[in-house]
Order: sequence, then C-alpha cells, then structure tokens
Amino acid sequence: MSIDYLDGNALAGPLGELFAVDVTAAIGTCAGCGAAGPVAALQVYGPEPGLVARCPSCEEVVLRLVRTPDAAWLDLRGAVSLRIPMPETRS
Amino acid sequence: MGIVSRGFFGRRREEDVKLPPGQYLTHDFPVLSAGPTPRIGLDRWEFAIDTELGETHRWSWPELLALPSETPTVDLHCVTKWSKLGTGWQGVSLDVLMENVETGAEYALAYSYGGYTTNLPLEDLLDGKAWIAYKYDGDDLEPRHGGPARLLVPHLYLWKSAKWVRGIRLMNEDWPGFWETAGYHNYGDPWREQRYQGD
Repeated sequence: MSIDYLDGNALAGPLGELFAVDVTAAIGTCAGCGAAGPVAALQVYGPEPGLVARCPSCEEVVLRLVRTPDAAWLDLRGAVSLRIPMPETRS
Repeated sequence: MGIVSRGFFGRRREEDVKLPPGQYLTHDFPVLSAGPTPRIGLDRWEFAIDTELGETHRWSWPELLALPSETPTVDLHCVTKWSKLGTGWQGVSLDVLMENVETGAEYALAYSYGGYTTNLPLEDLLDGKAWIAYKYDGDDLEPRHGGPARLLVPHLYLWKSAKWVRGIRLMNEDWPGFWETAGYHNYGDPWREQRYQGD
C-alpha cells in the first residue's frame, strides 16, 4: 500500500504563518491514546481541503489547520497539550 | 436543466459547459484524503440509518445490492476548485432506503468508516438527489474513491459525498461535521460558491 501522508515537518510553513516559535519541535500528547511525540512525527494528510495531522500510534486526528482566504482555522481538540520549547528566562 | 443529466444528448462540447463560479474542468479524478483509506471487508460492512427516535435500520452488503439501483450520470464539483463532468455511477437512492424510516428530523449527519462526518439537511438527501453509490464507471468503487460504498450528493460540493459511508444519523438539530467545524461552509452549494463559513 502506498503511503499517502507526509510527516509533521509539512506543518512548519503553515504553522509558521501563525506562531513565532517552531511548533514542529513541540511535544504533543494525543488525546486519543496518550502517546507523546514531536509534532514533526505526526502523519499529515492534505494540504487540501485542509491539513489533518494524525497520531502515528493510533491514527486519531491530533491537529487540523484550514486556511481560508481571510482566516486560519486551527483545531487542537485531539491534543491534550503541546509542550513548546522556549528560551530559558531564569536570571 | 435538472441535476441528473441522463446523457441522452451525447457528449457535451467543452466550450458549451457552464461551470459553477471559480471552478475549472478536470478529466482525471483527483483523490483528496483526510486520513488513511479504510479497508472494510464486505462480510463486515453495513449501512445504517439511525433516527431521532432511537431506531436503527441496517443493511448488510448483500441486502444493499438486492435493492433496486439507479445509474445516475452527474457532475462533480470539489471545493478545491476542480469539476469533473458526466460521471457515471450505480447505487441505491436514499429515497429507497428511507422508504420505511419514520422520522420528523430535518437534519442528517453522514458518518463513515475511519471517522469522517458531514452534515446536510435531510431534504437534500431525498427526491432523487442522493445515492449510496457502489459502482463508478461500470466497476466496483475503488477504496481510494470511497469504496465499497460512498454517499453521492452531487448538487453540493464533493466533501458532502462522504466516502466509506457507514450510516446516516437523522437529528432534530444540525450537527456540523468534519470540515464544517474547521472553516468550511455549513451547506456547500457550488453554484452559490459556498466554500467557507461566511460565503
């Protein structure tokens, strides 16, 4: 069977349009099965009608992103959390 | 002209074709997927209509094939802007499947193997406007195009024609589906270019 998805690095450009940080480096936790891993490892279908990123463990939808002419629709219902690495602020 | 062209007048000349606004003509059959293609064994396949009263009507694969079928020739319009004209299908009209279903519901939610959903008013499934289609161009419907059976509602954008359809839930309230909750239009009439919410 042919593989008909891309890895989560395909989200870098579209999410880069929205966020100042590189979200593909974030650790996402799947709301379906609890598996945790980098957004870059999600299985991404699309880009049309929208990007659908699925958990590599259980194939449930973790993230959806639809770009309309005047808005971006981001659905993160399938993610318990995103742990986004940030520069340390401790002084 | 009606929604269903019966093909009695031969092949339309391309220059005569009027497409919905913003659409372009394609001759291939693009495949757009929001997930892995479900593989459903025909011995396990079933189609159900669930009513708002809690009743469920079910058909196995042999029971679906035993129902009277139609062979509509229809135009397809995808929200991603391609249109494919004069496609030939075989399937069972929703009018046949709804014949013994008692309902006062106004809304329907089609749901699929693999988890996809899409919503539409029940009246858009009736009066010869929708089918559970299992053959395309004379052959069994390929899994990548929604086989073994898909909903076919050609007067709306193609995302409403749920691939790998498993059932239809009839409801008193509208329940937006997979793309309808992510920015796409709730109804999706290609002739009014209802692509996105607010169109």
